[in-house]
Amino acid sequence: MSATTAAPVWTKMRPKQGALSRLFDWKPFLAFICLLPAAGLLMTFLTYPLGLGIYLAFTDTTIGRPGIWVGLENFIWLAEDPIFWNAVFYSVFYTGVATIGKFALGLWLALLLNQHLPMKSLLRAIILLPWIVPTVLSAIAFWWIYDPQFSIISYLFIEMGLRETNIDFINTAWPARWSLIAANIWRGIPFVAISLLAGLQTISPSLYEAALLDGASGWQRFRYITFPMLLPILAIVMTFSIIFTFTDFQLVYAITRGGPVNSTHLLATLAFQRGIPGGQLGEGAAIAVSMIPFLVFATLFSYFGLARRKWQQGEGND
Amino acid sequence: MATVSVRQALKSFGTTRILHGVDVEIADGEFVVLVGPSGCGKSTLLRMIAGLENITGGEIAIDGRVVNNVPPKDRDIAMVFQNYALYPHMTVRQNMAFSMKLAKAPAAIMEEEVQRAAKILGLDALLDRFPRQLSGGQRQRVAMGRAIVRHPQVFLFDEPLSNLDAKLRVQMRSEIRELQQRLATTTIYVTHDQIEAMTMADQIVVMNGGRIEQAGAPLALYDKPANLFVAGFIGSPAMNLLPGMVADGGFRTTGGALLPLPPHAHTNVATYGIRPEHMSLSDDGVEGTIVLVEPTGSETQVTMRMGETVVTGAFRERVQGRPGDKLRVLPDLGLVHLFGPDGARLPS
Repeated sequence: MSATTAAPVWTKMRPKQGALSRLFDWKPFLAFICLLPAAGLLMTFLTYPLGLGIYLAFTDTTIGRPGIWVGLENFIWLAEDPIFWNAVFYSVFYTGVATIGKFALGLWLALLLNQHLPMKSLLRAIILLPWIVPTVLSAIAFWWIYDPQFSIISYLFIEMGLRETNIDFINTAWPARWSLIAANIWRGIPFVAISLLAGLQTISPSLYEAALLDGASGWQRFRYITFPMLLPILAIVMTFSIIFTFTDFQLVYAITRGGPVNSTHLLATLAFQRGIPGGQLGEGAAIAVSMIPFLVFATLFSYFGLARRKWQQGEGND
Repeated sequence: MATVSVRQALKSFGTTRILHGVDVEIADGEFVVLVGPSGCGKSTLLRMIAGLENITGGEIAIDGRVVNNVPPKDRDIAMVFQNYALYPHMTVRQNMAFSMKLAKAPAAIMEEEVQRAAKILGLDALLDRFPRQLSGGQRQRVAMGRAIVRHPQVFLFDEPLSNLDAKLRVQMRSEIRELQQRLATTTIYVTHDQIEAMTMADQIVVMNGGRIEQAGAPLALYDKPANLFVAGFIGSPAMNLLPGMVADGGFRTTGGALLPLPPHAHTNVATYGIRPEHMSLSDDGVEGTIVLVEPTGSETQVTMRMGETVVTGAFRERVQGRPGDKLRVLPDLGLVHLFGPDGARLPS
């Protein structure tokens, strides 16, 4: 090594930033660039179809013929269509009864799973099964269970001597309606149970101990501790559940196709029926658009559920 | 108000034994502190008294009534938890009134009791707040308020101050003690902090490994620790416990230092104990080399080395030495603690 080698000079000065580097340090630009992919995807696959659907609802488009703007004609027509009103009724009924069923059974299951049970994790995994099976598969299974001739339920009842004849599950209106609701409850319980279980596990055990010392009975611990503490998550899970149930399509379409005699059409199945096989794209879109007010209502429900949480437990917002 | 008797209490979780037959007698109105290192079973014992853990063996009696199979709500006790366990969705008022609400007390009485407790604890202005809007010390007070409104026979505290900062802890310590003296309610208090134990208790129960090492008044434990564990646990800075044997006209530590023994000392001494504050600077003392000097203002702690033996002394005088300097210190022979090979205190 020669002694003349210059020692490296370091002035502690930051090197000057290039133009591009400065641009990326500019917050508005950075935010715009980062949002672009997500916004692009949402615009393409969400906003465009939604906009197109709403536009179609105000036209008389059919398959193969671009329609013209007809204003509210589709809706006026639907307002006088008993099949449409039947679908509205059954959508609300289906959502209401199935949600009550899912939450009653799901909450009960969550409370059970929150206890110290042997093989707890295995049980939880089993509970999730109905949720992970593809809907169409489980719908086909239910189709068999409800089959007029080969129904396993009918078979068991007859074998046990409780009935003489097969049960009519899906070939008359009301039994078909109830049968679909039962299938939907079966499918929806895991989502509710696992979500509520997660909520239950965030409740500190010492609250229950404190309540125990305060003299609370089992019911009172549920009523005054578990339920109010679970309410925020309950509101959110219920919102999602209502939205999923109201827009349900697969179960009904795979089991009854809306029959018998259109008695089990939900708005989603009716919209598809009219729009695609029926070819009346405008009318189908109008039916789909008529679901929006119901869904907005469900979202508001969630909003108020969240607002309540802030004031109970969240940080800030005093 | 009540007495509490724990007789031969046993506790096992599965095959693991947590408590090995514990006896504690608590007089009416007494403030008893259960103290010991983590995992010594003190919290478990408290929870057994509360009824939150079942009792594997032995019995626990509150006010003469055996409560082994009495559910917690019928034991007439109130407990303050380490994390306070305030109901987050209830206001301070609702938190305090919850037990009365469950007991279907009339609203007027509820309000009166809550107001009374709030006044005692200085919570009057906070009754409509939610727990999350309170500071740590205020939450602590609400937890106590919840206990007070019930007029229980026994208060149980499970490490209530461990989540507070040092200054607040000292303040709450005296507040709890003062409150207990005012209400004269039998109190059992669990802590791992021996200073809390010393300053608050009428009676300290030192626990270790599921057994009671010693029970007694704070100063009795300080003056006459029954064994090595208590000697090392009670007192701060901790007692010097030096292993060695009687030899050469004194006590020869395994590290090579020769310390003077009190007259008529037992010959079977295995450990020589001397508290740092019971050593004095003296020209005819034992010579040591200073390792560390820590002035706290009121006193100076000096860590020194005598041969291989490390000894700590705490002196009122200001020690000017620097690490490496020599220092001569003399143990106060009247306050030397001697322990036999089994770790038990030798009679002096």
